[in-house]
Amino acid sequence: MITISAIEEIFPALMKGINITITVLIASAFFGYLFAFIAGLCRLSNNIVLRKFTGFYVEIFRGTSLIVQLFWLYYAIPILFGIDLGSDWWAGVIAIALNYGAYMSEIVRGSILSVAKGQSEAATALNMSRFQRMRLVIFPQAVRMMLPEFGNYLIQMLKATSLVSLIGLHDILYYGDILRSSNLSQAPIVYLLVLVFYFILALPLIFLTRKMESISKKGVAS
Amino acid sequence: MTEPIVTFKDVHKSFGDVDVLKGIDLEIKPAEKVAVIGPSGSGKTTIIRMLMTLEQPTSGDIFVGDQNLWKMEKNGEFVAANEKHLREVRGDIGMVFQHFNLFPHMTILENCMTAPIHVKKEAKKVARQRSIEMLEKVGLGDKLDNYPSQLSGGQKQRVAMARALVMRPKVMLFDEVTSALDPELVGEVLEVIRDIAKEGEMAMILVTHEMDFALDVADKVLFLDEGVIAEQGSASEVIEHSKNERLQSFLHRFRS
Ligand SMILES: Nc1ncnc2c1ncn2[C@@H]1O[C@H](COP(=O)(O)OP(=O)(O)O)[C@@H](O)[C@H]1O
Ligand SMILES: [Mg+2]
Repeated sequence: MITISAIEEIFPALMKGINITITVLIASAFFGYLFAFIAGLCRLSNNIVLRKFTGFYVEIFRGTSLIVQLFWLYYAIPILFGIDLGSDWWAGVIAIALNYGAYMSEIVRGSILSVAKGQSEAATALNMSRFQRMRLVIFPQAVRMMLPEFGNYLIQMLKATSLVSLIGLHDILYYGDILRSSNLSQAPIVYLLVLVFYFILALPLIFLTRKMESISKKGVAS
Repeated sequence: MTEPIVTFKDVHKSFGDVDVLKGIDLEIKPAEKVAVIGPSGSGKTTIIRMLMTLEQPTSGDIFVGDQNLWKMEKNGEFVAANEKHLREVRGDIGMVFQHFNLFPHMTILENCMTAPIHVKKEAKKVARQRSIEMLEKVGLGDKLDNYPSQLSGGQKQRVAMARALVMRPKVMLFDEVTSALDPELVGEVLEVIRDIAKEGEMAMILVTHEMDFALDVADKVLFLDEGVIAEQGSASEVIEHSKNERLQSFLHRFRS
């Protein structure tokens, strides 16, 4: 039965998980974008070893599922290599960041490549160095192209954070599962509220993505 | 006898197995204005792109002043130039492109002042002042904060010229700078080039199909055909009095 009292009971319980969901999202977005830029630029490097190595990373992380990567980082790495990521919070963040970083590195690479060749040539004609051409001319234009895609991936990353409940992190979904297991008949209302929570969190991100789209439309087409 | 500012010595260029340029020899004196004419695909653009370091010659030498552009000395031997050497030598060259290639994410003032600040390490105030003066000179003093997308083709091309000119090149290259423009906008751009030419001190290489314009500003005209300079001389010698049949039939297409 969906009753006001049930909602009053479930809502605060789910609220306890919001902290983990949001911190995991912010940290994995930060590292995800960072990995995306590093890997995207490495794939355009003249150094073949660097190029092949990052290509390998990208294909591995795009070609396997996030949940397996998450378990692997959480269970396998400490046993195999004796590396302790410190906490399950870090394991979750690193897994999501590596996975989405791999996807988004393709956006970084593609955007840089799609800046018209004439732009780099005009910069050369002004005697800019290779680094100046990238920093002053190519990169600012490429970033504008990346923004809308980055926004879309941010929303996807929010949804992906719910996987960290599977390695025992106390996020929104984790508390939802607890509530459901203590009272199975409440499952429909519990998960409905979980959905509402995620949607409310996604709303500002959807808004942000729209904003980025309009920013990126400005001042790119010549 | 003044030393040439640009020298080509037996320069060849092929793309794959297509020989585009088959031995170009050329000398350009400081302040000399040279027009390059010739059929489409004859290699006009390739010649100036090699001088701008956008394309590497297959063989031969290009000198800017007495410096070899594409080769540098290392332990007494000449080896392929690296980025540092190219930057040192091409600093005297500027170029205006057929399709403008303005930086769309910068205002037109920023388009002009970015290179002086970052490449020439000029103080921002100085670069800004000089850029404003240059934009005023090309008639765009009222558009400083506009973005390229807000300008007409003719205005864009004038910005591109101002952007190249603030770098104070000794040689300026123009690659068919009016051929992407609507006919009614061609005049304003040619007018600016004419003004720059009249000022004198800078050498100019103009790839153009505007024969009257070439007659007006060029000290020398080169007719490029099938990968070689088939004819050269004063503008009136080449455009008005040449006996070369291929040149005459080429010119015929531009005379109404
Ligand atoms: N990057 C390139 N790759 C392959 N072929 C090229 C390239 N650039 C120019 N060409 C070829 O070289 C020839 C000369 O080109 P270009 O110098 O642009 O001639 P023009 O400016 O006189 O019309 C053309 O046949 C063109 O197709
Ligand atoms: Mg051409």
